[in-house]
Amino acid sequence: MSSTTDAKSGSILSWLTGTIGQIVISLFVPVVTFIVLWQGFIFLRDSEAPKVIIALVAILWGVGGVALLYIVTNWLVEKLPPAWTRRLQPFLFVGPAVAILAWFLAIPALRTFWFSLHNANSTEFVGLQNYIAVFTQRTMLLAFRNNFLWIAFGATLSVVLGLLIAVLADRSKFETIAKSLIFMPMAISMVGAGVIWNFIYEVKDKADPQIGLLNAIWVALGNEPQAWTSLIQPWNNFFLIIIVIWLQTGFAMVLFSAAIKGIPSELMEAARVDGASEVQIFFRIMVPYISGTIITVSTTVVIFTLKIFDVVWVMTGGQFGTQVIATQFFREYFTNRNFGYGSTIAIVLLIAVIPVMIYNLKQFNEREAF
Amino acid sequence: MAAGERSTKRKKILNDILVNGSLLIIVLIWTIPTLGLLVSSFRTRTDISTSGWWTIFPHKEWVLVKEMEVPEGLDRKGVMTIEGATGTFKEFRAGIETPDGRRVAWVGNRRLGKIQIQANEWTTRTDFTLKNYKDVMTGKQYEVRQPNGSVRIEQGDNMAGAFLNSLTVTIPATVIPILIAAFAAYGFAWMRFPGRKPMFILVVALLVVPLQVALVPILTDYVKLDLNGTFLAVWLAHTGFGLPLATYLLFNYISSLPRDLLESAFIDGASHFTIFLRLILPLSMPALASFSIFQFLWVWNDYLVALVFIGSKPDVQVLTMRLAEIVGSRGNDWHLLTAGAFVSMVLPLLVFFSLQRFFVRGLLAGSVKG
Repeated sequence: MSSTTDAKSGSILSWLTGTIGQIVISLFVPVVTFIVLWQGFIFLRDSEAPKVIIALVAILWGVGGVALLYIVTNWLVEKLPPAWTRRLQPFLFVGPAVAILAWFLAIPALRTFWFSLHNANSTEFVGLQNYIAVFTQRTMLLAFRNNFLWIAFGATLSVVLGLLIAVLADRSKFETIAKSLIFMPMAISMVGAGVIWNFIYEVKDKADPQIGLLNAIWVALGNEPQAWTSLIQPWNNFFLIIIVIWLQTGFAMVLFSAAIKGIPSELMEAARVDGASEVQIFFRIMVPYISGTIITVSTTVVIFTLKIFDVVWVMTGGQFGTQVIATQFFREYFTNRNFGYGSTIAIVLLIAVIPVMIYNLKQFNEREAF
Repeated sequence: MAAGERSTKRKKILNDILVNGSLLIIVLIWTIPTLGLLVSSFRTRTDISTSGWWTIFPHKEWVLVKEMEVPEGLDRKGVMTIEGATGTFKEFRAGIETPDGRRVAWVGNRRLGKIQIQANEWTTRTDFTLKNYKDVMTGKQYEVRQPNGSVRIEQGDNMAGAFLNSLTVTIPATVIPILIAAFAAYGFAWMRFPGRKPMFILVVALLVVPLQVALVPILTDYVKLDLNGTFLAVWLAHTGFGLPLATYLLFNYISSLPRDLLESAFIDGASHFTIFLRLILPLSMPALASFSIFQFLWVWNDYLVALVFIGSKPDVQVLTMRLAEIVGSRGNDWHLLTAGAFVSMVLPLLVFFSLQRFFVRGLLAGSVKG
């Protein structure tokens, strides 16, 4: 009898120490994790160590830290009673992503909208005044016009050229290498592309030999050397647009190429047997068949072109009448420190992509992924 | 019959030539800009600034045959006859061609000049050097010998340091979002919890939001947290901006994995976390690889995010910023710009050409949205 009570009290005691021990460990592990991560952060922020060491620590800390956080939190969650584990674990999986998205995109959009209704240093509510200014000021209107040029020529030509090259490459023995070379600019930064094309557009005095390819050809044809990206407004915009066509045609080409490969060959053969010309086959069979891809590629390219910043900023700094919406945003916000006006420009960019957003959501709903 | 066969054969050959010919022209147009930059980066400082990079190919040029003193006893202000050429000083400065196909040119000023006899010959300019790369990589000062013999001290551009910074920014900014997105994608695909659909709709909606909208509020947060100019700040920003696409792509892939696979793992008593680590991550390698290449190129080539979040700290500057700075401050030093641009392009080009297949697969998965 007494031995059983002994055993019982013993088990209660061991249960108690066990639970307390678990709680202590449960607290200890996260605290240690936190301290380690914090020390890493302080080291990275203040250390004077050689760069290579800092880089290594930073990479280890960044990648390892995130993995560690997941593992420790999951370990904690799995220590809870099963019902709670089941309830909390999904949030461990999706929580960080949703939280970061909220902090870095969703809430900032709202905050930027709020800024856009205020004056330059966000002290006074001004209503829609910034919006009126954005749509009436000459520099902004010019930026809108340029963005329109970018989309009308840059985006359109990228898509058309991409489709053309995809069709051509599909019939060539050298398909792989040709596609690879045309696709290559995708790996080059827009700053790098800016340097490459600045070199092509380089202008020297009339008396000196031209070292820029374009002016060399131009002068050889008996013309005066030109400053392509600065002096001949508004045509200088087109010389910037060429750069982006060069950059993103490869993207369009790769997607179209894959889509064309998906067209059943019987369909094309049947049309050929019926005596259709290649041009007819292209417009009557290929284009309708890959219309889905054409829409996707076009929207992607248009959105990309709408947000264009780096190329213009590096080539001309948005001067000589080449400013676009994104460069005006940067200039107003970071150079002129006009927070309200800058935010308004950002919101205008957002409004421009809302139709695409709605389209995406509609597509997603129709697919019924859930 | 035979004639008809021959004519279709001829037609086919003609077609082949047409297709491959136009493809070749397009490929040339697409690669020559980069080629010119690569070639130029190995040319000497004087060569770059005085002749086009295409002069490395055989071309006709006036080549120095012999140099001599100006003969005594000439009326340097009037008409002179030297080596069979007659003209004023001004005409000699421009160079006078003699009937035997040579050219007599006056180099230097009227009093102290010399006479050069030149012949029009086929030649190449193949004076290659690695000095440009050395100068642009170092952070130390180096000497430049001027044409007139004097020596000027120039500050190196420290591309090596920037390269290291780019690596430190890019590796975690590639791994962290993929890890977080993979967790979230698994959660959305295979776990049931309240708020699943609205949260995923948020992800889809944020796919096209321009990041300009987010820059300003995040910058204010960073200033408050004293994060500005740290690697952590840039990693978090790239994580936030890359997450929607990463989550969406990985969701598409992970949700299409066979259900039986997961169910049998559950029956064996595995938890969500172990299934994710042991089963889902290895199975999703193709999707993870495609997106990591995508994100790697994106982050490495990014300019705007780096400019905004680390703009003020020169010792953490990444390659694109350093390159853009050289464009701004010494836009005519082509020997530095070309080498610098190539330093910034070398790693993404390597990654691109060696892992192109994965990259294309990632693009295709992304475009099949909705």
